[in-house]
Amino acid sequence: MTAAGINRIAGKGRLTPANTVRFTFDDKSFTGLAGDTLASALIANNVHLVGRSFKYHRPRGVLSAGAEEPSALVGVRRDAARRAPNIRATVQEIHDGLDAVSQNRWPSLGFDIGAVNDIASPLFSAGFYYKTFMWPKVAWKHFYEPFIRNAAGLGVAPTEIDPDHYASRYVHCDVLVIGGGAAGLAAALAAAETGAQVILCDENAQVGGALRFETEARLDGLGGFDWAEQAAGRLAAMDNVRLLTRTTAFGYYAQNFVGLVERVSDHVAAPDPDLPRERLWQLRARRVIIAAGAIERHMVFANNDRPGIMLASAARMYLNHYGVAVGRSVGVYTANDSAYAAAIDLKKAGVDIPAIVDLRDAPDSGVAEEARALGIRVLTGHAVTGAGGKLRVASMTVEPAKGTAKAEIIPIDALLMSAGWTPSVHMFSQSRGKVAWDEASERFLPGTYAQDCVSVGACNGTDGLEASVAEALAVGETMAKQARPGATTSGVTIRVDGEGKWSGGMSGAAPGSTPGKVIKAFVDYQNDVTAKDIRLAVQEGMHSIEHVKRFTTNGMATDQGKLSNLHGLAIAAEALGRPIPQVGLTTFRPPYTPTTFGAIVNHARGKLFDPVRRTPMHASEEAAGAVFEDVGQWKRAWYYPRSGEDMHAAVNRECKTVREVAGMFDASTLGKIEVVGPDAAQFLDLLYTNPFMKLGVGKLRYGIMCREDGFIYDDGVVARVAEDRFHVTTTTGGAPRVLHHMEDYLQTEFPHLKVWLTSTSEQWAVIAVQGPKAREIVEPFVSGIDLSNEAFPHMSYAEGTVCGVPARVFRMSFTGEAGYEINVPADHGRMVWDAIHERGAPMGMCLYGTETMHVLRAEKGYIIVGQDTDGTVTPHDAGLSWAVGKKKTDFVGIRGLKRPDLAADGRRQLVGLKVKDGKTVLEEGAQIVANPHQPVPMKIIGWVSSSYWSENCGQPIALALIDDGFKRMGETLHVPMPDRVIEVEVCDTVFFDKEGGRLHG
Amino acid sequence: MLLIRCPYCEEERPELEFRHAGEAHIARPENIADISDEEFAQYFFYRDNPKGMAFERWRHMHGCGRFFNAVRHTVTDKFVMTYKAGEPKPVLEEPQEGQSAP
Repeated sequence: MTAAGINRIAGKGRLTPANTVRFTFDDKSFTGLAGDTLASALIANNVHLVGRSFKYHRPRGVLSAGAEEPSALVGVRRDAARRAPNIRATVQEIHDGLDAVSQNRWPSLGFDIGAVNDIASPLFSAGFYYKTFMWPKVAWKHFYEPFIRNAAGLGVAPTEIDPDHYASRYVHCDVLVIGGGAAGLAAALAAAETGAQVILCDENAQVGGALRFETEARLDGLGGFDWAEQAAGRLAAMDNVRLLTRTTAFGYYAQNFVGLVERVSDHVAAPDPDLPRERLWQLRARRVIIAAGAIERHMVFANNDRPGIMLASAARMYLNHYGVAVGRSVGVYTANDSAYAAAIDLKKAGVDIPAIVDLRDAPDSGVAEEARALGIRVLTGHAVTGAGGKLRVASMTVEPAKGTAKAEIIPIDALLMSAGWTPSVHMFSQSRGKVAWDEASERFLPGTYAQDCVSVGACNGTDGLEASVAEALAVGETMAKQARPGATTSGVTIRVDGEGKWSGGMSGAAPGSTPGKVIKAFVDYQNDVTAKDIRLAVQEGMHSIEHVKRFTTNGMATDQGKLSNLHGLAIAAEALGRPIPQVGLTTFRPPYTPTTFGAIVNHARGKLFDPVRRTPMHASEEAAGAVFEDVGQWKRAWYYPRSGEDMHAAVNRECKTVREVAGMFDASTLGKIEVVGPDAAQFLDLLYTNPFMKLGVGKLRYGIMCREDGFIYDDGVVARVAEDRFHVTTTTGGAPRVLHHMEDYLQTEFPHLKVWLTSTSEQWAVIAVQGPKAREIVEPFVSGIDLSNEAFPHMSYAEGTVCGVPARVFRMSFTGEAGYEINVPADHGRMVWDAIHERGAPMGMCLYGTETMHVLRAEKGYIIVGQDTDGTVTPHDAGLSWAVGKKKTDFVGIRGLKRPDLAADGRRQLVGLKVKDGKTVLEEGAQIVANPHQPVPMKIIGWVSSSYWSENCGQPIALALIDDGFKRMGETLHVPMPDRVIEVEVCDTVFFDKEGGRLHG
Repeated sequence: MLLIRCPYCEEERPELEFRHAGEAHIARPENIADISDEEFAQYFFYRDNPKGMAFERWRHMHGCGRFFNAVRHTVTDKFVMTYKAGEPKPVLEEPQEGQSAP
């Protein structure tokens, strides 16, 4: 016994007794050693009970010593914000001050009210969600769901924003080796010695894999782990190798793209604040060598989940690596040779081994004799049919596997089990390789490869260390040479002497947990799935493993069934009376082990989640008190409240001011495309419904763009700058897709046209000055353009200078007032804006934002594509038939518009709505019915697309898409709302200045 | 992430630079205004959904900006080849599904 736990055995393990570490578990203080995992340190302190299970709240302990752990899940707290749930105690390394808590228990781990679920377990049999809670309907909401939500589940998610940061790296290499056991190290050495760029990753803190616990083998004359350390040192010293420990390959994607996540600081007591918590590696490898090893299976028998029952290899790891005996009196239940080695190592360390129970009648490799020679009782042909004890295993019930001899109850305080080894084909399967059932060894092995990768060692079904190393050396060199032309011969050799015995194994339910018994023999620990549940699923008609899996949730927990898949499959196969390969294996999907959102999201959060686009005038608008709204990635000035004004008051004032004096608006976010070339007019003629061939230089035209189906896709004003040059504007949100759409037609349908397209959205700042005094305000700044009505009427274009900088001036209006849109190079935008503002403000001009822009355009019935259209609206439906060139023989959408349904009467059409009470502003999106007294569900005949209070009209105004709307002028319709029905009258879409005279003022 | 070879840039670039643009080798009828409803439906609405070789349009959106065609196997998700827009539709045999381990 040492200070670091009563189960610590002096002289065993590789940790340094002097390096003690203090940590807490459930607020109780413990001492461990540097290098311990939380699991090894707790077991050293004789703590096996670490959590409660998901569904039945059964006491659970540490089952494994690695990433496959399904049971020992804990919460780890660093501070108020850093509370990570469902951390595997077998993976979390301890550090001074580590604060871990058990989960899923109340009020305490030892006494848990939720454990009543275990007694009530018939309620929670497989498929219980689908059966038990169907009726009565109301009970689901008020009783079943809250009850289940409270009772089920594991850790609690943190509530505060994650203060940690996560790093991200992209990297390429010739050869990636996944797994740093004997095979992985050998493959990496062979590959690296050719000169190839090699990356080796291993999920554990140290390389070595099974060499960390097995003691038989000697490589190059060294003990296995010593050799592994030396090999890692040799690799780390090479310039062409990157060795990553604590790094899990979690996802294998197309074309050898592999995601790795490196745990950088979770094991450090006081991490440097500059260190990330984790680092995501996005890696592209020319070749991948999978050396993922194998995972030991448990035995399926009654109460096989009692704390203190664990995998044999795990017990061996705790002893040989951590120097911890998992108990004082340890039973062994196996169908495999390798469990004997665990018993023998423990026996030699002074631990009592009351019995090894071997399901096999005659294990043939001599392991039984070896154990007996040490004085261990070996019961071959026997089964453990039950485990006594509740919070810790206290006994095992042993019976002959066949026959009816009396059961013997053997007191123990820990029980090791091994049903054999499952090759870890996860990464291979993720690479879309197809596994194949190997009848001789009864296991799934890599079959057909889909990518440039090769599996070596235990994950490839290669038995024996010598064979694994030889295979890995050959593959390492071959893959390096394939990946890197000019790679030299590596010539690495590794001498292997002695090795452990690993043969034997079984899958499915062990005797005593066979059909008919009312027991809990767990197949999937994390989701609390028993052998009985799987049989029940088959009995209820699930014949495919995919259905059995979903019905029982076997293998669907965060451990992805690393222990349970094969057992579940074997039990289902037995119940179905079909061979295992015919029942099939479910597909493995990323991530291999739970991966944090932090690592995946990485830097893409907060300000870095999405770029923010600001116009050149943003700072001036901010200074003027603008409130901004998000329009896509753009920040747009929404309205400019003055002291004491709310949004409503500010917008009313802005709307009045624009119509009475003038207003200035930042339209820079408009999409802009320069269309240039001898065939530019012809191209636009094909892309827009309007005719463009005859548009004169210096003239503007409002254009509508359709898709081939005839529905409105975008709109905007087009200026003819020169015979062969157009300045096209698009909607703010539509700029990229419109350019894409144009490029598509230009490159693939009309490649004969000589046209060049350039996005100029960000090159021009656009300042709209609108209102009766617009001309008076801008005139002094403009040179080279005669702004008089006669020389520069509505829908004209001219180039000149404004404030001394080159400008493209559009005489146009989206307000219904006379006005100008002044385009200046973006860098000059703010200067021009400020100059006009300085002159205009004393004359009564206001700044106005997008809200006022929306109201003013709605007063004029000008549509906004995407608001007043929804992808099913034709130009005719929108009342814009005038914009469709009648004489044109071709344009995009010409045929679509002739489709019978699009030409039919009674289509949903854009109209105006007046609210009869004269004061209620309708909700945008509200549905419209003809008769509000009809039974629910009512027949909807349309919906409100735009709705505002119009201060200029002194009433609310709305646009709506209504069935056969054009023929309903004057009709009264109804807008049902939750509390009342609003009466509306259909009118035309122009509410203000119907004649349009103000445009020409 | 897929790597896609742009036939104009003549190199493999990450999928993020590209944008899928629907089925390839569907030409817009030259007399589109005059075609029948049936012909329009075939042109605009009907698309193949093969298990196996799919002919697709892609655009090197964040690269050279060019549209090109690709043959991708819908089972393996592998790009069999890419070629320039306007080049004839290649005649291909079904590739072997996967390869054996060396």
